[in-house]
Amino acid sequence: MPLSTQSQADDEQYVLVASLDNARNLSNILKAITFKDHAIFSATPNGLKVTVEDSKCLQANAFIQAEIFQEFTIRDDLVGFQVNLTVLLDCLNIFGGSTVPGVSTALRMCYKGYGYPLTLFLEEGGVVTVCKINTQEPEEPIDFEFCSTDVTNKVILLSESLKEAFSELDMTSEVLQITMSPSQPYFRLSTFGNSGNAHYDYPKDSDMMELFKCTKTQTNRYKMSLLKPSTKALALSCKVSVRTDSRGFLSLQYLVRNDDGQICFVEYYCCPDQEVEEE
Amino acid sequence: MDCVVTGGNVKVLAKAIHSLSRIGDELYVEPQEDGLALRSVNSSRSAYACFLFAPLFFSRYHIPSGHAFHCKMAIKSVQAVFRSLASLEKTVEKCHIKLDEQKNRLTFTLHCKHGLLKTHNLSFQDSESLQAVFDKDSCANIFIAQPRLLVDTVMHFPPSLEEVTVSVSDERMWVRNHIDEEGEQSKAMLTELCLASDEFDHFAVQSHNSVTFCLKELRGLLVFAESTGLPISMYFDEPGSPVVLSVTDSVLDGSFVLATLSDDPSLHKNNSTRARTPPPPPPDDFMNDDIDSYLIAMDTSIAPNPSATGPPTPPLANSTCSKQPVAANHRTRLHSEEEEEEEEDEASDSDRPPNKKFCSLFFGSVLPPTSQMSTQPMTGQEVLASDSEDDT
Repeated sequence: MPLSTQSQADDEQYVLVASLDNARNLSNILKAITFKDHAIFSATPNGLKVTVEDSKCLQANAFIQAEIFQEFTIRDDLVGFQVNLTVLLDCLNIFGGSTVPGVSTALRMCYKGYGYPLTLFLEEGGVVTVCKINTQEPEEPIDFEFCSTDVTNKVILLSESLKEAFSELDMTSEVLQITMSPSQPYFRLSTFGNSGNAHYDYPKDSDMMELFKCTKTQTNRYKMSLLKPSTKALALSCKVSVRTDSRGFLSLQYLVRNDDGQICFVEYYCCPDQEVEEE
Repeated sequence: MDCVVTGGNVKVLAKAIHSLSRIGDELYVEPQEDGLALRSVNSSRSAYACFLFAPLFFSRYHIPSGHAFHCKMAIKSVQAVFRSLASLEKTVEKCHIKLDEQKNRLTFTLHCKHGLLKTHNLSFQDSESLQAVFDKDSCANIFIAQPRLLVDTVMHFPPSLEEVTVSVSDERMWVRNHIDEEGEQSKAMLTELCLASDEFDHFAVQSHNSVTFCLKELRGLLVFAESTGLPISMYFDEPGSPVVLSVTDSVLDGSFVLATLSDDPSLHKNNSTRARTPPPPPPDDFMNDDIDSYLIAMDTSIAPNPSATGPPTPPLANSTCSKQPVAANHRTRLHSEEEEEEEEDEASDSDRPPNKKFCSLFFGSVLPPTSQMSTQPMTGQEVLASDSEDDT
């Protein structure tokens, strides 16, 4: 099938066309938010935002800016649809997701509009695969109302130091407790498991601590099962910003560098594991 | 208790705990005058291991004066403190172990690079001191080998293999997989390695015997010995009495005591005569008749034993064990934790359950194993099942 001519001719009809020389730049970052099947895609002229939610308590967003794509054409201010993320990832890795340098899968992602499938053209070594994934009615992502003006405490850490802690977390603990404080213990992760409790303390002057801005002592607990998926984002990232607002809501922002050295962001919001205190 | 371990010793401590975890589910922590003893025993009490770290191993070593403190804790939780073994050396600068008797907590604090502080407050249970009775110096056969030799030997056996048999002559040691008499022999594959005496640092044989013991614990010790580069000493006598494996340097001493398959006296005779003739025949006959006769001997060794065929009225606790190893293990553990001596007495005058394999000899406070074993090989606390419960 003369794919190229066909896709050229069809280009007019698409509301969204995005091309990538290396599909891994998309699949990697999507992996960081894969903990539920349904992903809400919202495309604006600035780029693509993919949202995954769990239990109305956890939300993960991956941002892929328009500049990351070799081509990013959008005919509306906002194009939204929902697809099965697992299926999408399977398609993106349809050639096996080889990590051999110099071998990469090229991607052209097209969407005609409401009611149409998301069409992926994938090419590797002269072989082209066309995947059509049915789209679903886009849901409205939850607004966590996490406002940067309401941030009480904020630290930025090199991911390396948190990776170790997260890989060692006592999973028999139901919650992860995060303490942030302008005084001792500054930044503390605690677990309360079957065999006792464990604390990981990061001093504010550690060379792993890039920024330390805590105004008030705050101790909040978050469900371990909710935070566990964020480990995937942590593993990919080089820096992480941990913020809490006055309600105890947690925002984790991960700075991810892709294969080509470009920067993308992944963000997790999580509700605290107790009654929200009065605002 | 208040001790500090620094630098490379943190990794040694961590490795010791990991190899103890191959033995049992619980870690016995016993600060003593002569150092910190970490011990473990398996649920069937057929394997015991102890590491003693001398005060010099620590950069600070204080123990409670006045009263002896012993405790035990889940070994998994201690392992969790040292989870990332690979990076331990690079990241951990200092490990502080402190006892909070008020809160019944043992606190492990790891001072890591970049100022990261990891604190683990672990709960523990009081316990009696765990002591095994064994006398390695009276053993007839003594070998010392570099860990590499044993690592390379053990490597040839599949991970699923439970037991190995070690036979010795004046010049050689043979290590082969032990084939269970109940196993399907048609499917059994025999692997045997022969080590010449000059591969060992020390090779002293007084009695030409074969002993069969569990491989899992040996592997545990090998991991430790390999990482510390310490030579392994091996001591054993005869089937049924324990084999002792130990590693020693100036600041630490580790001993693993493993039960060996016990022999019936009739088999024993058979065995030792066999062992005196240059042991392993060429591999092809080996499969055909030697193992067969060996297995037959093993088989019959159960029947003629008076205590085994005797009245089916062993004490209730023991009799329920033979067919239900899990329940049995559980019972032994519950029962014997705090009362080894008592149990020992009780066990020695009770009949043993019929299909026992390993004798657990080490907790005998009664008689030195050697004299006891030579006259009454079946006394002593019996092991109720092989210690394979956590083999997964």
